[in-house]
Amino acid sequence: MMSLFEVDSLSFAYGSAPLIDGLKLTIGEGGVVALLGPNGSGKTTLLKLLLGLLKPTRGVIRLRGKEIHEIGRRELARQLAYVPQVHREAFGFHVFDVVLMGRMPHSSFFSRYGDKDKQIVWEALEKLGILHLAGRPYTEISGGERQLTLIARALAQGVRVFVMDEPTNGLDYGNQVRLLERVGRLADEGYTFVFTSHHPEHALAIADRVVMMQSGAIIRDGAPLSTVTPERLAELYGLPARLFKSEMNKGCGIPLLRHGAAYHF
Amino acid sequence: MSASVTAVEETHDKAGRLHPEPGGAEQGRFAFARVLRKGKGSLPIIGSALSLLVVMLFSLGLGKYPISPREILQFLCQKYFGAAFFPADRMSLLNSILVEIRLPRILAAALIGSALSTSGAAFQAMFVNPLVSPSLLGVLAGASFGAALGIVYLKSWYAVQIATFLGGLIAVVIAVGIARVYRINSTIMLVLGGIISGALFTSLLSLVKYLADPYNQLPAIVNWLMGSLTFSDRSMVIKSSIPICLGLLVLLLFSRHLNVLSMGDEEARSLGVNVQRVRLLVIFCATVISALTVAMDGMIGWVGLIIPHFTRMITGPDNQKLIPATLLIGAAYLIVVDDISRLAFSYEIPIGIVTALLGIPCFALVLRNARKGWG
Repeated sequence: MMSLFEVDSLSFAYGSAPLIDGLKLTIGEGGVVALLGPNGSGKTTLLKLLLGLLKPTRGVIRLRGKEIHEIGRRELARQLAYVPQVHREAFGFHVFDVVLMGRMPHSSFFSRYGDKDKQIVWEALEKLGILHLAGRPYTEISGGERQLTLIARALAQGVRVFVMDEPTNGLDYGNQVRLLERVGRLADEGYTFVFTSHHPEHALAIADRVVMMQSGAIIRDGAPLSTVTPERLAELYGLPARLFKSEMNKGCGIPLLRHGAAYHF
Repeated sequence: MSASVTAVEETHDKAGRLHPEPGGAEQGRFAFARVLRKGKGSLPIIGSALSLLVVMLFSLGLGKYPISPREILQFLCQKYFGAAFFPADRMSLLNSILVEIRLPRILAAALIGSALSTSGAAFQAMFVNPLVSPSLLGVLAGASFGAALGIVYLKSWYAVQIATFLGGLIAVVIAVGIARVYRINSTIMLVLGGIISGALFTSLLSLVKYLADPYNQLPAIVNWLMGSLTFSDRSMVIKSSIPICLGLLVLLLFSRHLNVLSMGDEEARSLGVNVQRVRLLVIFCATVISALTVAMDGMIGWVGLIIPHFTRMITGPDNQKLIPATLLIGAAYLIVVDDISRLAFSYEIPIGIVTALLGIPCFALVLRNARKGWG
């Protein structure tokens, strides 16, 4: 079977110092892949390379067997959706209009958005449970709702592959969990997700595969439970503290910052 | 964990109850949500088109020789449909006042108003910045320098217009060039490039003014730059209308792209838009049409800033509605301002001064509400 992404000897540099050096990675269709790594490890850069937003200095990225920079912008937008970090820079477009932008790669130049496009938008809004937000300005809804709107837009784009940059960034705990739950549900329907995160527990919560990056290279790649272990996390993030292991879950870990604090109850 | 999942299920149920018949007919399924969206549809566009027509009708009648709207309509019926309201000599008098004298001037005002406000709206959407107008990127400064240079060194009227247009274009090329030199493709660099280019042409303009003959050329330059529609005659309006209408058409066609561009470059690219090409085309068109307004009637400021703001309060930020509405409202606005500038005092005052005097307090008022559309 042809893999979704095939990355070979990939290097990328903004100036002279390479951010990513000789990276090799294959991602298949379906499932959730989490990219973990400390700040500056190059995970967001890798994400943008996968989206074709940055051009590699060396190496090759193939999307479904085809070199990504030979695929036109519109065609690429019909295969891949980018779900950016929640931002505020936009005008107060209605949520509906933001999601409608997802139909851009499907509409011809002279035609306006048609009824079919609008129907697709309504369905995307319904699927993410934000139908009631359709007429609200994008700037006046909460961070969690904004992230759901951006996912709905990706859904309206009609793609099977979602590339997300820190999807839970800036959301409160409840919204983080609700968002991950939505993503998990979409993954169960067969959508592919590749996302970066600063939260190892989010990788454990929904990912099928965890890729750990450090200084522009992949240092671990595997199933979440065997990859996201307290030892690995301590190594990846250079943590001074011992990590608390829970009984039920041998992965992840909570840092113990006051000696014995977690045991006093 | 299980508690949070239950909470999610509950919110989902709440969302589910929002549409009354979840499994119902495909058409009625989202009816309730549609009502919640409260879309105004094309009402603002129709409204502004109607107000433009009314403003044009009344403005045709205003002047030293007032003609009532009823007479104007009767005149039009007689001229185009052969109805008989007036004797022949009265007809020819009305014809020369309405068609030969007032109509070109009203059309010029409409063209300039729509060009300035539409290019302002396009710039604002593209740079996601409420304080942007055609004077950003140095367009108006460059065009004014071109005009001044033309008045001093080139004698033909045509050459002056071409110099004006080239000045505006060169200013933009410099602004974009500065951003390019540093290989940073960001909005901030473009805006800074525009400020630098604008400052350059403003000082070059001062140089030309200093060198100009103080008895004939200097007053001509100063008068031009204050902006006045007295220069508008029929042939000039026809000649300028073709490129302005083409530029407006391109901006109208790209209104959807402008929506996507205002979400940021990377998102726009990920939505399949060729950001570089679209941005250059939009900048080119907006520049051409605003430089042409300087070539037509001098520097008329504030319109490109105020009118898009005002229109956004009615239509919201969706450029598919904003661009056509701002085009119509801008035209109507400048016709009204021109009426004021030619009738308010015993002799005509430059329209550029009136737009600034009206624009500045309007802008102060608009700023209070600006957050609504901008967030």
